[in-house]
Amino acid sequence: MEFILGHYNYWVVIFLMMVGFYTVISRGNLVKKIVGLNVFQGSVFLLYISISTIEKGTVPILKEGFEVYSNPLPHVLILTAIVVGVATTALGLALVVRIKEAYGTIEEDEIHRQDHSL
Amino acid sequence: MIDLLINVTLLTFLAITAVAMVRMTDLFAIIMLFGIFSLLTAGLFVVMDAADVAFTEAAVGAGISTMLMLATLALIKAHQEKKPLGRRPWLPLVVVTVTGAALVYGTTDISNFGDPLAPPHTHVAPYYIEQSMADTGVPNMVTAVLASYRGFDTLGEVAVVFTAGVAVLLLLGSRRKKNNSTVDKEDSNDS
Amino acid sequence: MTHNLILRVVAKLLIPIIILFAFYVQFHGDFGPGGGFQAGVIFSAALILYALVFGLDAAEKIIPRWLLHLLAALGLVLYAGVGVVTMMLGGNYLEYGVLGSTQVSGQHLGILLIELGVGVTVAAVMLIFFFSFAGRSRS
Repeated sequence: MEFILGHYNYWVVIFLMMVGFYTVISRGNLVKKIVGLNVFQGSVFLLYISISTIEKGTVPILKEGFEVYSNPLPHVLILTAIVVGVATTALGLALVVRIKEAYGTIEEDEIHRQDHSL
Repeated sequence: MIDLLINVTLLTFLAITAVAMVRMTDLFAIIMLFGIFSLLTAGLFVVMDAADVAFTEAAVGAGISTMLMLATLALIKAHQEKKPLGRRPWLPLVVVTVTGAALVYGTTDISNFGDPLAPPHTHVAPYYIEQSMADTGVPNMVTAVLASYRGFDTLGEVAVVFTAGVAVLLLLGSRRKKNNSTVDKEDSNDS
Repeated sequence: MTHNLILRVVAKLLIPIIILFAFYVQFHGDFGPGGGFQAGVIFSAALILYALVFGLDAAEKIIPRWLLHLLAALGLVLYAGVGVVTMMLGGNYLEYGVLGSTQVSGQHLGILLIELGVGVTVAAVMLIFFFSFAGRSRS
């Protein structure tokens, strides 16, 4: 029981990661692919924050009367990663908009058909 | 104990939301679910004592990301996902299951959630927790590490954000011509 | 866009509070949760709300495109410039201790400045994203 509760976070993270991965490789719609990538990304954030947590710890801001703080290093890494993540998402979405303007579709198989690459 | 209960409940919600996102075909609904997904993630970060990260996720993930996706949807004028034809639907599922099983096997070596003796907490983190006040005079350790100890790292991140801004401007910043019947030719014309 | 009376009144009420909160998060980030990244996003959210309610043209009157482009670069230059200044003062790159008379006061000034740089760049880039996407649909 302790093993299950202690690893539940990681398993859900892996499940979410795989859901995102599945969306990316199985769906042809480019917007949905980007949503899938974001789910994948979110699962990695959760993994890092799960690792940083300490039992009976508190938010890593120094204050009298608290001794145990959660690990601040993963917080920093993920904090910046979230903002970089939205920047790359915006770039991906901009590419989708340009693809729509150039091809008239955002479905992957139709784009391939127009390029005669499949 | 109550923390763990909230934690497990939110994680389960998160998994359900993600599955719903894959199964839906209406893009608007998918994007709204993504907003909910981000908000649930932010809630989880609060439960896991990461206030700064939760703050960022709530503002960025649930706010800006969702808004940008909706803006894209308004631009591409496609609201329904088409089911891909002529694909082998079982192949991605097999790949995902095998990868997931390998990763789950890997988690058996990770120490339990919240274990204070786990390897990540025993190397550099104690130094940050004990010394950041003396070194920087900043009570918020996350800010101290972000801006001071790892200032060079953050400089790189800001440069990435700036670069993405420039790239989006290059892709979308220029005005589209009124007459867009010759959409394919427009790239050479606008600058 | 012209008849949303409730939206307009609520937005006028909310926007100053959001901007105030953004500044609080920016400059109180040393002591509570917050910092440049969050403050930049919140600040841009206030202006995006303004653009959504009052229209893109009105928002561009407040903060024109050229200013956004300038600010995005300026924030990064401020960040990198702090590093150059610390080098000029005899320290390493981004070693804030040399900025003040004591180690702690120098660190404090350095962190304040680079967080400001981060905030300015993030806010400007988020607004560039929004204006690029929204401006595309108008033309």
